Amino acid sequence: MFMAPKPIEGEKRVFMTGNEVVAWAATAAGAEIMYGYPITPQNEIMHYWTRMAPKYGRKFLQTEDEISAGFTTVGGVLAGKRAFTATAGPGNTLMQEPMSMAEMMRLPTVLVVTQRGGPSTATVIYSQQELTMTCFGGNGEGMRIVYSTSGHQDLYDYTIKAFNTAWKYRFPTFVLGDGYQSKMREPVTIYDPEARNISMVPAEAYMGNPGTPGVDRDPVHLRNTYNMEEELLKVINDNMATYESIAPEIVEYQEEEVEDAEVLLISHGIVSRAAQGAMKLLREEGFKVGYFRPITVRPFPAEQLRERAEKAKCLLVIESAYGQLKRIVTDSLYGCTTTIKSYMKPGESVTVEEVVEKVRSLY
Amino acid sequence: MSVQPQMPRTWRTETKPHKFCPGCGHPLVLKALSWAIEELEIEEKVVFGCDIGCSLLAWDFFNLDSVQTHHGRTTPVITGIKRVRPDLVGVAYMGDGGGYAIGSQHLVNSAMRNEKVTVILVNNTQYGMTGGQMAPTTLPNQKTETTPYGRSVEETGLPTKGPEMVASISSEGSYVARGTVSNVRQLKKYIKRALEAQLNGNFSFIEALSLCPTNWRTNAEETWKFLEDQMSKYFTVGEFKTPAQKKEG
Ligand SMILES: Cc1ncc(C[n+]2csc(CCOP(=O)(O)OP(=O)(O)O)c2C)c(N)n1
Ligand code: SF4
Repeated sequence: MFMAPKPIEGEKRVFMTGNEVVAWAATAAGAEIMYGYPITPQNEIMHYWTRMAPKYGRKFLQTEDEISAGFTTVGGVLAGKRAFTATAGPGNTLMQEPMSMAEMMRLPTVLVVTQRGGPSTATVIYSQQELTMTCFGGNGEGMRIVYSTSGHQDLYDYTIKAFNTAWKYRFPTFVLGDGYQSKMREPVTIYDPEARNISMVPAEAYMGNPGTPGVDRDPVHLRNTYNMEEELLKVINDNMATYESIAPEIVEYQEEEVEDAEVLLISHGIVSRAAQGAMKLLREEGFKVGYFRPITVRPFPAEQLRERAEKAKCLLVIESAYGQLKRIVTDSLYGCTTTIKSYMKPGESVTVEEVVEKVRSLY
Repeated sequence: MSVQPQMPRTWRTETKPHKFCPGCGHPLVLKALSWAIEELEIEEKVVFGCDIGCSLLAWDFFNLDSVQTHHGRTTPVITGIKRVRPDLVGVAYMGDGGGYAIGSQHLVNSAMRNEKVTVILVNNTQYGMTGGQMAPTTLPNQKTETTPYGRSVEETGLPTKGPEMVASISSEGSYVARGTVSNVRQLKKYIKRALEAQLNGNFSFIEALSLCPTNWRTNAEETWKFLEDQMSKYFTVGEFKTPAQKKEG
């Protein structure tokens, strides 16, 4: 039998763009098919994937739009394959329909989002304006798992992890990157998950298993439409209860210098690198500044943040969006009396210097 | 003594009586599909996807692995399955709104790409599930809830002729036909050929002229007359594309 070679043996230090990193990570994670539709800044994920896929026995389908890319991904998952897709901006808008089906039916789809400017077509470059949509889009309840990456190592680690989280918990899982991470090059260590003792959660078919339905086994009948309110309520309550119960295992965050922090910087994704840099500079100057970064923006590390926030004098939420992170923070901290300030630049980057400046102005 | 007609093997008795309205054409199309599957002995391989529309009522109709999808999105779901499980036989089942309006891009592009799936579309000249609005297949001057004075061709164009369109864009080897519930035997034959085309690695598309007495607001006689005198006049029943006959010798 033909055995496709392993994409990576052991581990390797490389210098590449984020999109290339995602393609490598998906390959290393054993993703079996990518379904996709062109959109900047996501394109090169497909470009690298299509170059590598045949070498490792993987597949690709270019669909007619993102609605189709999302629904074919749903199909790939139903067939029991590690299937994924990637998109951005208006493509992410279209993805919300298939992702709501995945949410309803608890299908472990993986979607990599490379945020670009919005609303509408806006810019092809960068933003953090797809936070709300990626966490809560569609006509649903946000029963999703969203990892917000801050750079290339994250992109590699969390793309692999996304497949495992998805298949372990059976909720649609998202890697929330952005155009900067997609397009810039950084040093990163790519590895064979096995070499790090990461075992991949096996994918299982929902449909098309052996045996004649109705003879050898029961047929599988998967529905997402319900006749009565009570029927639906039960399904949602059950799914929500599962989601809430697994959330503590899934939640991830990063923090530094929070113990005595007067000003706590809160940011996610690539902006957290500016926040972290600013925190370090300000500490050198004697300002008591801390840094908190949710890695899972959904489920959100609300309890952990509250504990830190209650000890601080002021919270500064920093983001490349107009208050999307701030809304989640405010909601998570309801009742906490610490002042919440924000630094918002929708669709534009945030630098270390700007954050330093902003924090100084708070004193 | 009454003799009960024999039902196809995939006919799931546990979920019968089915939930379609009395006199609806959907169950006839589904029965034709069951017979075709049984004749080809492919029950073990078929995955069935139903759209949102009255077709959603078919979600537990068969002894077949089945999935209910979204309005217009059954073709990509089945395509997604088939791309990674080429050993299966994928059937996407939908209404005329689902296939020709909201999901038309999927129909066109799956045909263009020669996806190895079979799309079965039920033409009842309007949106059944939502209460009888105009569909792409509504006949000129036909009254619906959103064309209460009759469909104006000037304002809304001509009814979609799906098989004619799909036949003109699909690859050699694909199969395209329009059947009718007034001739279930022929419809079954068409569906069987469609499934065979898929088994041979090609796309296939069947439109079935159907009945919707509920939204047509017709009694049995008028229902039949509408199908036979009006729909069948406008929508030609027959095969529009068949795999080229292999030349002898
Ligand atoms: C995205 C979306 N838009 C609209 C609807 C509402 N809707 C449900 S069924 C349907 C029409 C079904 O008509 P058709 O596809 O012709 O099938 P039929 O019911 O006639 O069999 C519509 C518009 C929906 N479910 N989803
Ligand atoms: S509304 Fe029409 S298409 Fe729908 S089940 Fe009733 S008769 Fe059939």
